[in-house]
Amino acid sequence: MWEQIRANKRNSILLLFLMAAVLGSIGWTIGMAYVPNPNGGILGLGAALAVWLILAMVSFSSGDAIFLAASKAVPVEKSVHPQLFNIVEEMAIAASLPMPKVYIINESAPNAFATGRNPQNASIAVTAGLLGRLNRDELQGVVAHEMSHILHRDILFVTIAGVMLGAITMISQIFLRSMFYGSMYGGGGRRYSSRDKNAGGAQAIMLVIAIVCAILAPIMATLLYFALSRKREYLADAGGARLTRYPEGLASALEKISQNTIPLSVANKASAPMYIVNPLQKEGMKLSDLTSTHPPISERVRILRGMAGASFADYSEAFNKSTHSTTPIPSSAMKTVEHLEIRQASTQQAAGYKKQTRDIGDIMQRAGGYKFIDCSCGLKMKIPPNFTGSKVQCPRCGAEYNSRR
Amino acid sequence: MAWIIVLVVVAVIVFAIIGMYNSLVALRNQVDNAWSQISVQLKRRHDLIPNLIETAKGYMQHERGTFEAITAARSQAMGAKNVADAGKAEGVLGAALSKFLLTVEAYPDLKANQNFLALQEELSSTENKIAFSRQAYNDQVLFFNNKTQMFPSNIIAGMFNFSKREFFELENESEKAVPKISFGN
Repeated sequence: MWEQIRANKRNSILLLFLMAAVLGSIGWTIGMAYVPNPNGGILGLGAALAVWLILAMVSFSSGDAIFLAASKAVPVEKSVHPQLFNIVEEMAIAASLPMPKVYIINESAPNAFATGRNPQNASIAVTAGLLGRLNRDELQGVVAHEMSHILHRDILFVTIAGVMLGAITMISQIFLRSMFYGSMYGGGGRRYSSRDKNAGGAQAIMLVIAIVCAILAPIMATLLYFALSRKREYLADAGGARLTRYPEGLASALEKISQNTIPLSVANKASAPMYIVNPLQKEGMKLSDLTSTHPPISERVRILRGMAGASFADYSEAFNKSTHSTTPIPSSAMKTVEHLEIRQASTQQAAGYKKQTRDIGDIMQRAGGYKFIDCSCGLKMKIPPNFTGSKVQCPRCGAEYNSRR
Repeated sequence: MAWIIVLVVVAVIVFAIIGMYNSLVALRNQVDNAWSQISVQLKRRHDLIPNLIETAKGYMQHERGTFEAITAARSQAMGAKNVADAGKAEGVLGAALSKFLLTVEAYPDLKANQNFLALQEELSSTENKIAFSRQAYNDQVLFFNNKTQMFPSNIIAGMFNFSKREFFELENESEKAVPKISFGN
């Protein structure tokens, strides 16, 4: 695993410097466009590097907070979903990592992601739809997959890459717009004042930059997609199977997630690679499978189901059998020979469709700050977070309860 | 000239010794840390049992034998003095608990009790945590023991008294698998 961790740290630093180079050259060009001598260029370069420094600091210190806020994830207490907390704790113990912060996203599409700077500052976010649809073993599989991303330090790289990608996209948008308006007014003005020759030249350069940025943003996206790519996902699947000693849990969770047809509205291009299953893509589109961030789910499921044991070596073997290509598992992970038996399933049955839907609604309300009080007559009272009274009365049997419990 | 070479060689050796010593200390601390994690979970298991029995008692009049077995195994486990004894007693307790959780299946009234369901989730999660922390502990012990036995770090280990650690084995080896538990809805 050390190879992967080192590679991720190296890639994060590499990405930061790549961004410095890109932003710096953009700054230089703009500076030269406004003040056509080296002083202008240096000024532009300085400004760009300042922007880069701020971006780097922001993505390093609070990149995870940006993603969590953009995904509308709310931090939750154990009482909101005790089982989720227990499972996260179990996986943290299995991975020998500190307990990450737990977030719930109030969406009915099932999905999950992990983010953070390092294992000491990590967060796991799952959607309410995921909690409602999966049984205990499946949820454990998903959490184990996310815990492996934390263990392998995938989270820092993805977070930095996401913030940088978002910033580049924003800058390119600003340029595209300023170019559009600039050409509207500037184009009209040039007809009357032909002595301002520099403005035309600056505008041409602005136009070139805008186009470069517009081209650069999608390229960065693809870079990010490939860097994050299949290898990390396969590796996290293998790690998840090893942590739980139960590959079937993750396999059947992936299947359930892929059967979902509800779109995840809080996901965007920058955050899509972070999720356990690509939230922007429908399974079965063969062409997009080629460049996708995530391996096809059917493949991931087939590999997990083909595992004879729960070790990395078992995953590697199942991978070879299923895909006939080189294994994504680094050799250092397979150096110590492990004989890990697959454990038995717990015998929880899946809830019916109606109950699942009701559960998802309940989880969303709990995450939204509602308090639930079970009356002894069997009625469930849901107290909204803005309720100010200290007592509530059961509308069916009249019993009084303390609403501040 | 010769002095400089001797000095360099001595410095390299000293640094190598310091490095090996520090890594041994770090590994030993990890082993201790993993063990404290197990003890936390075992303590939690012991704390949960009285509550669970209290809640289930009213519903399961005919299972007195099961309750007695759990209570006896619990006090045995709480009195254990060393790793091997604890492993034995906790194995017996784990087996008694998984038997109990299977028996629960036959009592639909009990399974409808919200309080009991919450306790059951806590207990089964604690059982999982025990299994996972045991996994983590045994992994750490393996690393540590390998380091103390392999050349050249075994020389340092011998000099500074880094002794081999025991694995945490449970008496009942079928306990390796997490017990079959239902989380019926």
